This record gives sequence, structure tokens and C-alpha cells, in this order.
Amino acid sequence: MKDNFKKAPFSAQIDLSKFSMQDFEKATDEEKKQQDVMGESTTFFKDGMRRLRKNPLAMLSIVILVLLILVILIAPHVIPYGYADIVKGSANLHPMEYSMQEQQAIAKGESVFPHLFGTDSLGRDYFIRVVYGARVSLSVGIFASILVLIIGMVYGSISGYLGGRVDLVMMRIVDIIYSLPDMLLIILLAVVLNETLSPLIKGTVLAKLGTNMIALFIVFGILYWVGMARLIRGQILTIKQNEYVLAAKCIGTSTSRTIIKHILPNCLSVIIITTALQIPSAIFTESYLSFVGLGVSAPMPSLGSLANEARAGMMTYPERLLFPAFAICLIVLALNLLGDGLRDAFDPKLSR
Amino acid sequence: MTKYVVKRVLLAFATVIIISLITFFAMNAIPGGPFNKEKAVSPAVIAQLEARYNLDKPLWEQYIIYVKNIAHGDFGVSLKNGREIKDIFAESFPISAKIGLLASVIAIAAGLVLGSIAALMRNKWPDRVIIFFITIITSMPSFVVATLLLYFFCMKLGWFSAFSAGENMTVLPVIALSLSPMAYITRLTKTSMLDALGQDYIRTAKAKGVSSRKVIFVHGLRNALIPVITYVGPMIASILTGSMVVEAIFNLGGLGSKFVMAITNRDYTLIMATTIFLATIMVIANLITDIVYKVVDPRIKLD
Repeated sequence: MKDNFKKAPFSAQIDLSKFSMQDFEKATDEEKKQQDVMGESTTFFKDGMRRLRKNPLAMLSIVILVLLILVILIAPHVIPYGYADIVKGSANLHPMEYSMQEQQAIAKGESVFPHLFGTDSLGRDYFIRVVYGARVSLSVGIFASILVLIIGMVYGSISGYLGGRVDLVMMRIVDIIYSLPDMLLIILLAVVLNETLSPLIKGTVLAKLGTNMIALFIVFGILYWVGMARLIRGQILTIKQNEYVLAAKCIGTSTSRTIIKHILPNCLSVIIITTALQIPSAIFTESYLSFVGLGVSAPMPSLGSLANEARAGMMTYPERLLFPAFAICLIVLALNLLGDGLRDAFDPKLSR
Repeated sequence: MTKYVVKRVLLAFATVIIISLITFFAMNAIPGGPFNKEKAVSPAVIAQLEARYNLDKPLWEQYIIYVKNIAHGDFGVSLKNGREIKDIFAESFPISAKIGLLASVIAIAAGLVLGSIAALMRNKWPDRVIIFFITIITSMPSFVVATLLLYFFCMKLGWFSAFSAGENMTVLPVIALSLSPMAYITRLTKTSMLDALGQDYIRTAKAKGVSSRKVIFVHGLRNALIPVITYVGPMIASILTGSMVVEAIFNLGGLGSKFVMAITNRDYTLIMATTIFLATIMVIANLITDIVYKVVDPRIKLD
């Protein structure tokens, strides 16, 4: 080797002057690849999903939720009973029992679909009622959460981004709404709207939904978004300090575009997590209202109203209480675990 | 500090005013006046009745009279049985208050103990068992808990007699009411305890040779208590709303069951009065919680 490779006196460097060119050989492609420690490039979403997939509880709850949704979607097509259909002569059946008429029909060789969960006091198939109840509860939960998300996001991002006096006024409004007792006002408004809305919506599609549900959505829209708005405002206050926001402003990006394109995607994790945890709380509220008698209008069932109706015959027909109660618990448990899993996956800073 | 308290009291006052506005205008939005009867009453009589109850005055003047009456403890008369709402409150609120207080005490005590155990034995079996049950409890609405308790302990096991308003009937409602706040407090205590135990002053105390009991109870738990205090206000709100269904299920005759009954009977005046009454309690509870929180933890910046 050349002289200029000479080792400095106390250096830890290998003394190259002892080697000749023949001692070295070129690395093969395979060996080069071993040095390549770069991971595959990944997006925020992919990274979160990878972490979510490693969480067994969250995956289990996704499986449970998918199965539940499949049952909810398929069961009404498979089962020959409707949620309001009264099957003559088969009132008050225990699970898998047949009424006299049905037993005669079976004896004649006709096929009768079994009442999986029995029937209620009017002779309606209980399984299909629980399925429809779960359908109502889930859809109320999801739509209410989306409503909360939209209002909270718009309000919070405007307040956080503009700052100053606008922010002060907007946040005082939030403070006051935040301290209103939500459940009491929901009950109050549900009672009042029931009286005032029902003549207005008679004959429209909304009438089928029932005034109580509209009241529930209105109240969710008025009261529940404040938590989301506070959260997003807090996020935006920190994010808007970043240089890329300043850069966007410098090249003349409009305010709405800066918020939508540059700021909101960065609080996505908080948005996903809060929305996921909002759904079970909305389901709770709905079942609670139905239980008090302010839920969906009969004959449409909801899990809360089914549980409430079942209280009267709890002694002889405990299953009528247990099925809807179990369904609520299962749905809420799965959603809670999924929400926790999402939090751990998308916001590792928050996990503990 | 004084500035903060004044600000907080003003906010609470504004909240109560807004609640009273909402309830008052909600009551007026309901079609049909109180004197609409099936039997036709002569317009002269109605006019006289309206004058008697100030219903002929403009709406804002009615509102002021309404607020003035409430401030004097006069909530009006129940639409259904004509009783003074004041008397209904006087007879039913003590029942609710007793059960609610017991439930709060149990929820706080059990939550603190369970949360501390879970934090101190992190990732060992007691922690796992506690968190498992806490997760299940948080997914159960209070009416499900209450009906299940009623079913198993009264009907299946026969330990308590159902539907008798005796002494033993406080046990199950209190359990039903305390479970969900207890679950929340357990979670809160666990996280804040872990947080506190990771602080430098804990290491300092240990290094100085302070006994582990003293480290946990004096330095750990005391600091872990602060977040728990903030939850007391919302907890009272959750116990008050939870008690509506729980009382109705156990047939206790407290304010909660009166409220549910008023909803089913569409007894508007009673609904309005109860809403204002309970809402004011919640607002005051939140106010006290916020102030105590700032007093207890001097590190918190007063704005």
C-alpha cells in the first residue's frame, strides 16, 4: 500500500501499510444488501395499522365487531320474521321452543324457522328484535359520533388557528356548554321536541326515525362536540407553531387550505382515537334514553328499550333481559378495546 | 387566586342562568297551556286564571317571575297530582342523597385502593385481574348492572327481598351506582400513581432511606390524589343521572325515580323543576371541585 496510508501514532485506525491491494476483494451484491439497514418506507397510517395488528385485544374486538355487523346485515334476510311481525299463537316462548301451531306444522312436514331467542309477550321473534335493536344502537352511535366530529373539528380548528380575541370568545362559549349537565338537557329536549316536532314531520321519512332520535341527534350536535373542539384546538395551537405552516402562509396559501391540508392531517391520530371512543359513549346515551322511555318509537326496538320491556317478566323470562344487556355490553366492550388499541397504535406518546 | 375563584363563580352563575333559560323556554315551547281542558272553559275564566298565574304578561317578565319563585324555593305545582313540587323534593331528595353519598364514598375508597394496587403491582396478576374487571364494568350501562344485581341477588339467590323499601334495599342500589365511577377512579388512580412513582422526588425519598410504606402513602398517593379530585364533580353528575334508572329499577321513591315517572307521565312542571334542581347541584359540585383542585395543588398555574 501507499505511504500516505501511514498510521498516526496513537490512532486506533488499522495500519493499512501492512496490507497490499491483493488482501482486499470487492463486496458481492449479497454482502452489500446485508449492510442495507433501511426499513421499507412507511406512511403514518401503515405504521399505525402495523402496531394495531400486533395488539391481540384490538384485533379480537375488530373480529367481534365485523361478525356482529355481518349478523346485523344478514339476519333480516335469512330469518323469515320481521321485527314487528306478530306470530299468531306463539307468544312468550322460551329460546328454541315452538308453539302448538308450529309443532303441528312440523309434524305435517313443513319447515318452521326456530325462534332462536324465543318470542316476546306479543309473539314477536326475539332474535330479530335484538338484531334490529343492535342495528339501531350501532347506527345511532356511529352517526352521532360523526356529527360530533364534524362540528367539533370545524369549531376547534377555527378557534385554534385564528387565536386571539376570536379564540377567547369561542372558548368561553365552549366552557359554558361544557358545564351544562348533558344527560338532563337531553331528557328535557327529548321531552319537549317530542311534543313540538311530531306535527311538523308527520308523513316524512323523519317520522319513521321518531322524534326522540331526532332530539338525540340535535342534542348531540348542540352539546357533545365541545370535548372534541377543545381537543382539536389544543392540537392546533401546537401544530401551527411549525415552520411548514409558516412556509405555507408565506407562499400565500388561504387560511382554510392551510387548516385542511397542513394542520388537520397532523391531528389525525387524536381525531381517530376520540371518535372511536365517542361511539360507545353515544351508544350508552341512546340505550339509557331508550330505557327511560325516550328512545326510538315503538315498534322499532333498541337494546335499551328491549331491556326495559323485559324487566316486567324478569322472573319467568330472564333471557329477554340477558340477551339485549349482553349485546350492549359486547358492542361497547369491543368498541372500547378497539379505541384503546387505536390510541396505543396511533399515538404511542399517550399509551401507558 | 381570588381572581380565579371570582371567574369560576361567574361562569357557574352564567351556567345556571342558561340552564334556567333553556328549561323556561322549553316549557313554553310545548303546545297547549295549563288550562286547556277537554271541557270548554269560558274565555273570561281563562283570562282570569292567566292573570292569576301571570300568564298574560310578556314572556321575559314571566321568566323573571319564574326565576324569582325558584330562588325562593317555590318550584310550582305538579301537573299530574297537583302537589307542591317543593314537598315532593323534600320527601324524595333525602333518599337519593343518602344513596348517592354512600355510593360516592364507596366508589372513591374502592377506586383508590384498587388503583393503587394495580399501579404498585404493575403487570402482575393482581393488576391484570383488576384491569380486566374494570374494563368489563366500564362497558356496562348502570341499568344493566342494576337489573342484573336485582335478578341474581334478589330472585336467584334470594339474599335480598326485591321491591321492599326496607333497610337491605340500600345495599344493591349503592353497589349498582358506585361501580362505574369506581372503575373510572381506579383507572385514574393507576395512571396518576404510576406517574407519581416515576418522579424524581420518589427516588430521592427512597435514596434517603424512607420506608416504602411512607413513600407510597405520603409521597406517592398524596400526589396521585390530585387528578382524582378533578373527577369528583363529574362523578356526582354521573351518580345523579345514574340514580334515575337505578332508583326506578329498585323502586326506591327517591328523586330519580320521581323524575323517570314524571317523564313517562309527561309531567312537565316536575321535569323542569327537577332539571333545574339537579343541574344546579351539578354546577355547584363542579365549582367546588375546581376550586379545591387549585387549592390542593399549588403547582397549577392560576389563569
